[in-house]
Order: sequence, then C-alpha cells, then structure tokens
Amino acid sequence: MASSGSRDNVPAGPFEPGAAGGAAAGVAPAASRAAGGGRGNGSFGSAADVSRRLENTGYLPDDRISAVVYLASRLEKPVLVEGPAGTGKTELAKSVAVATGSRLIRLQCYEGLDESKALYEWNYRKQLLRIQAERVAEASSAQAVEVSWSSIEEDIFSEEFLLERPLLSAIRAGEPTVLLVDEVDRVELETEALLLEVLSEYQVSIPEIGTVRASSIPMVFLTSNGTRELSEALKRRCLYLYLDYPSPDRERRIVTAKVPGISMELAEQVARIVQTLRGMDLKKHPSISETLDWARTLVVLGIGFVDEASTSATLNVLLKYRSDLDKAAKELGLE
Amino acid sequence: MLDVLTGFVEELRAAGLEISITEAADAGRAVHEIDMSDRDALEVALGSTLVKSHAHWKVFKTVFEIYFARRHGAQIGAERTGSLEDDIRRELAGPVPSHAMSAGEYEPLTGTDGAIEALGELSEAELSDAALRALEADDEELVRLVASYAVSRYGGMQPGRPVGGVYYLYRTLRALQVEALEARLMEGELSRTSPSAGAIERRLARDAVKGRIERLRQAIESEIRRRLVADRGAKALAKSVRRPLITDVDVMHATAEELEEMRRVVRPLSRKLAVRLAKRHRHTRKGPLDFRATVRRSLSTGGVPVQPSFRAAKPAKPEIVVLADISGSVATFARFTLQLVHSVASHLRGVRSFVFVDGIDEVTKLIEGHEDVSDAVRRISTEADVMWVDGHSDYGHAFTVFLERWGECVGPKTTLMVLGDARNNYHASQSWVLAELSRRARAVYWLDPEPRAYWGTGDSIVAEYGAWCDAVVECRNLRQLEDFVGKLSEKGKVA
Ligand SMILES: Nc1ncnc2c1ncn2[C@@H]1O[C@H](COP(=O)(O)OP(=O)(O)OP(=O)(O)O)[C@@H](O)[C@H]1O
Ligand SMILES: [Mg+2]
Repeated sequence: MASSGSRDNVPAGPFEPGAAGGAAAGVAPAASRAAGGGRGNGSFGSAADVSRRLENTGYLPDDRISAVVYLASRLEKPVLVEGPAGTGKTELAKSVAVATGSRLIRLQCYEGLDESKALYEWNYRKQLLRIQAERVAEASSAQAVEVSWSSIEEDIFSEEFLLERPLLSAIRAGEPTVLLVDEVDRVELETEALLLEVLSEYQVSIPEIGTVRASSIPMVFLTSNGTRELSEALKRRCLYLYLDYPSPDRERRIVTAKVPGISMELAEQVARIVQTLRGMDLKKHPSISETLDWARTLVVLGIGFVDEASTSATLNVLLKYRSDLDKAAKELGLE
Repeated sequence: MLDVLTGFVEELRAAGLEISITEAADAGRAVHEIDMSDRDALEVALGSTLVKSHAHWKVFKTVFEIYFARRHGAQIGAERTGSLEDDIRRELAGPVPSHAMSAGEYEPLTGTDGAIEALGELSEAELSDAALRALEADDEELVRLVASYAVSRYGGMQPGRPVGGVYYLYRTLRALQVEALEARLMEGELSRTSPSAGAIERRLARDAVKGRIERLRQAIESEIRRRLVADRGAKALAKSVRRPLITDVDVMHATAEELEEMRRVVRPLSRKLAVRLAKRHRHTRKGPLDFRATVRRSLSTGGVPVQPSFRAAKPAKPEIVVLADISGSVATFARFTLQLVHSVASHLRGVRSFVFVDGIDEVTKLIEGHEDVSDAVRRISTEADVMWVDGHSDYGHAFTVFLERWGECVGPKTTLMVLGDARNNYHASQSWVLAELSRRARAVYWLDPEPRAYWGTGDSIVAEYGAWCDAVVECRNLRQLEDFVGKLSEKGKVA
C-alpha cells in the first residue's frame, strides 16, 4: 500500500488549492509520519504473541481470536466481528489497541450516521467569520483593494477549516492506529457503502483539498450484533470472526482476571451456572459483563459459595426479564 | 497447496457457499502467513477468509474435515501410518500428544471407505472406557477418535448406499450404549459433589453430563457427514437434496432443506423487493440547510449567504406492513414467507410484521431480533399470540383485530402485503376491513401460495378480498415471487 505522501494533487474541480499558486496547505506534514508501511513497533510476531500480549492487557482470547487478529495484522485486512451482545467484540478492538500501543479511534455507528459525522465536515461557522472579516477589512481600508475571492475560497477550504471525523482521523493518523467501527449493522446501506470505499482504498478524497492516503494502514475492527445482514461487498472485504459465548473454562479465567479477590472455586461455580443459564430458552442470555457483575456482587456480599438462597437473591444481576427470572428459578430448583 | 486450495474452494461452492475470487485469493495469502503443519491454524486461516456468516460454519467444517483429513480415521483401509485403535490406545496411555501433521499430509480425499470390517480389536468394554475417559477429560481429540472408530465399526456405512445420515447415527449411538454411558458419567459427576449438594449443584452436574453426551453425538454426526460427503462428493450430496431446480419447488410442499436453500435465493431477491417497495415519489420539499453549499454560493455575493442552499429532503421512511397467515394449511408457505419478511426486514427499517391464524399478533421485534430466521420462526410459533378460538384460519377476525389495534400504522406511505391462501373456514370475510385498509394504504398486494385453479374453491375467498387489492398474485414458487418483484414498477405498483 501507499506509504509515501499524505496527499495527491489530483485535479479536484475549481477549488483545487494548488492551482492558485503559493504553497498549498498540506493536509499533514508527511515528515511527521512513521516512515514506511507496517504498524509501527507494535505489530505482532505470531498468533501466540497476540495471545500473550492481549492477556497482558487483561483480555483473554482463545486460539481462534488470536489467530484471526494475527492474520488481520499480516494481511492488513479489517476484521468483521459478529456475535451475541456482550461477548467481548468491542473490548477486543480496545485491547488490541492497548497491546500494540496504538491510538484507538472509534466510530460509533447509529441510524442516520452520515458522511459529515463519519468522514469530515467543514467548519462553517469559522468559514463565515473568515469571510465576514475579509469584508470588514475591505470596507475600512482607504483604497479599494481588489479582493480576490478565489484566494479566500482557497483559504477557507483549507486544513484550518477542516473538521476531522473518525474515518479521516484514522487515515491521516501518523501514529499506529486501531480503528473501531462499532455496531456497523446500525447504519443504512448508503453509509455502509461509504465505509466500504474507505476500507478498500484506505484513502479519502476531499474535493477541495485532494486525495488523502493512509501512510500506514490502520488495523480495523468492525463489530456487529447481526441485527441486519451486512452487504456481501463489505463482508468480502473483511476477515470474519464469530465471537460466541466463551467456554466455561475461559469464562472462569476472565472472571478470575477481572474480579479481584474472587476464589478459584467461586469463579468456577459462577462460570458453570452462567453456562447452564445460557443453555436455557431465555429471552436474553447473560453476557460476559453480566457474569462479571454477578461475580463482583457475590464478592462484595462476602459469598464464597453460591447456594440456592444466594442465587435467588442475586439472580436479577444476571437476568433482566421477569419471565427469564421465573423460568431460571424454576429450572434451577430455587423455589 | 494451490491446487489443494482451488479444489477446496470448489468443494465449498458445490456445497452451496458463495465464494468470490477475492476471497479465494485472500485464503491463499492467509495460508502463507501460518505454520502449515498446524491444522487448527489452517482451519482459522481458511475459515476467516472464506466463510462470512456463522450459519455456514457447519458446512465449512464438514468440507474441511474431508479435505484436510487427519492422519487417522480419514480413510479406513487406505495407507495409514498407524491404526485407529493404536491411536486410541496411545491416547489412553499417555499424555495428550500433539496431532500436528506436516503439510504433505493434506491430501484431498477421493476414495471411499473400505475394509471397515478389518477393525475390531478394541473390545466393547475398552471402547466404552475410552468414551468415558474422553468425555470426562473433555479430550476433544479422543472423543473424535472414539466417534470415528465407533462409526467404522458399528455405523454399517457402505459406499454408494442411499441411506440418510440419521440412520447411521442411531445405529452407532445404540451400539455405544449411550444411556449407560450417560449414567456412568452422572455417577462420576455426583461423586465429586458433596453429599449435601443442593438443587443447583445437581442441575449443574446434569447439564455437564448432557453437554458431554451432546459433544459425543456431534462428533459422531460430523464423522458420518464427513464420510457421506467423501463417498458421494459435496456436489452429489447437494444435488440429491436439490432434485428440481430450487426456484421451481412448490413452496407448500418444500422440505426443510429446500426451504433452507430457498433462503439463500430469497436474500438477493428480497433486497430487490425491499428497494422496489420502498421507492417513493420524489418530493420537491426541501431538506435541511446545506451549510457546505451555502458557504460556497455566498462567495459570489461577497460572503453574504443570500441564497441558502438546501439538502434534498430525506425521503420519508419506507413503510411496509406484512400480514402473514401461519396456520396449518399454509405451514410451509408461512415458513417461507417469514423468511422473506425476515430478509426484507434486514434490508429495510420500517417493516412491521404481523402473523395470524384466527387471532393476530405483531412479531416485528421477534423477527428483527434474530440473525437466524429459524430462531425467529421458532420464537414466533411459541410466543406469538395468534390463537383466538380454535386455531383455524379466520381472516375476517384477524383483520378486524388488526384494524382495531394497529390500524393507525397504515397510512398513505404504507404498502400492505397479505400472505395467505384466503381459506377462511367459512367464517365471515369482513372484507370491509380490507377495503378500509386499502383506502388508507398506498398499495395492497396479496400473495397466494395456492395454484390459481384452486382459488375460490371450497372455503377460499381470495376473490372477495382481491377486489380491494392492487394485485393478487399466485406465488407458489420462487420463480413466481421473482416475477412479482420484477413487475413492481418504479412507482412500487404492479404494472
Ligand atoms: N476475552 C475477554 N477477556 C476479558 N474480558 C472480557 C473478554 N470478553 C469480554 N470481556 C468483558 O465483557 C465486557 C463486555 O464486552 P464488550 O462490551 O466488548 O461486548 P460486545 O461484544 O461489544 O457487546 P455488544 O454487542 O453489546 O456491544 C467487557 O467490558 C469486558 O470486561
Ligand atoms: Mg460492543
């Protein structure tokens, strides 16, 4: 991929700044970029290296997760992470950022997210002020100055007036970067197409300024809860990782790592009970965060071994629906 | 490796996965990044580049198992370094060895199993012990070995025999005496819990045992699937399921597999349908102020924004309301239509779905909340409140209730779709409700899964309702659905 300059002087209509002479405002000084491709000194050496470094950040991956992250870093491809709520999709991206010492840039998706929120926007207020200032200067000056509007144009559509949004930030970042596009299934098809464009070229063209290319390709994670089928084109672009609920053993280790002061026995019991709950036909199964909340609750209450009474008293931390609580209580024999 | 990879991708395609050239190329690149002797790494490298939906994982796994066969159990009777029973004994004897293989051992399989009878050295007790040991230790590899051995010995699989997989599964399970195995596992579990163990502990023990038996069952099943595909080839297997072209299969009489297959075809079709139905007349109404353009324009007037510029109005949300009959007479059709609705809803927001028999209930949330349509269908059949009196279709009553409770949601932008055979069990038609809805809606379409020749016979009153529809369409198979979608003109009306 391109590792040289940050912009190209592509003809970009009447507002191409380079045309009017003078040193066109660069998008970012290329010199300040990390030279060459790759992802800086944080890149991974092997799948095992991914595991080790993620574990150091407190994220416990399984072999599959580490292998996909490693492949993504080698192939410079985005990862599409799908799975039920609360299985660690968002956390994975965050942890990879920490593990590689990268900056995390997050684009939180929602219905109605558009280009001006995802990519870039001009600072109109500032632009208008700038234009007003020009007029005041013109009026107050003794001799009529021939104000060149085209130079103002050039001026107000320059770097100074540009508002970076996450996608552009990620592309222009000089330092190693992890881009997290969270809950991508929430955006409309048009915005998905925009994402696709950015993720396939790692460049953005801003008509007034030119094309901005990534000097190094950021690691990209897209997460989805699968509320909507994503376009085939976007899926083709990505490596696919399905994050299911963890095995009881991995969940026990997550609990031990994240809940200070919990005993091995309790952690194991917690993991097994949660596993049993996930096997029931419930409206909503407990997520990892809920497991952690429950474990913390038990520790705070000084419960070292969960029995029927303590489960009864705290089950509402795990299950959110009345009907689920009733069903689980019955199945676990808590009545 | 390249040839192997090409063959593998072909095999996946034959099994119904859509794989693009880019993805195949990515798989090739991925393979270069891993240690090829590591089979698990190979699985992840291929899986993450070639399979982009969790629903396809099982198919991938089966083809992978065949294509990148393990040393043991792959091809009974073919050149194998050690025998299966040796492997099992070795597993039982020592610490779990590494099962890594060298790249040279990834040979695509073409032959079929033979010489199954040649095995027989493990006694039943030994095998049963091995199964117990494997399950108790959660030793995946040993479970697989045991499954493989049990299938060769008891499955009775013969090349070319046209018997379904379930038959072999039951044979094998019976021979392994799973009930006894389950009891032994339970005994072991309970002996580890304290005698005072409460209800929860007992439940956990039971679930643990069930989970293990389930794992054994799955291992056996995947072994059988593996052998069936190795015997007949993925394509042949897919073909035998597919007999008539899927677009011509009568929806009313489709098998589960056919419905699954239809689902794949429905997806692109439903996207088209969604777009057509959602097409709105272009409004001239102005949208919000476009700052970017206004500032631009102001430059010609000395920076005074005399002529504000507006974005094009965001068109109003598309609104589609679907009413689907899910009664027994159209059970398969209902499954199919729910798939369609599920798929349309995944492309569009603003779809509201209702199901009815003699009562009616909204299932929008249920449909949206599931990635997999089968889950949604299962939830709908257990949770939707559609029974009013006797569970026989009563369109009249369902429509009346709909108008009362949800009539508000039908407006001038709404396209209403009714899916059903209009067999009303001689109840009152209440067709005035449809007239009223038709007056409010932009368009009303009725899709009937019955052959046109049957319309109006017996208790079918499709003509009576049809009078208030913009079109009544025979929709017995995918081809007709396609035609319907094709005929929806730009304005979202059937020409
Ligand atoms: N492998 C893991 N190791 C340690 N902690 C984890 C792991 N996976 C998940 N967690 C914990 O679970 C919590 C929930 O994870 P996260 O928010 O990433 O879920 P998610 O999959 O993004 O959910 P949603 O779909 O709701 O956005 C995290 O805050 C983290 O503490
Ligand atoms: Mg998240």
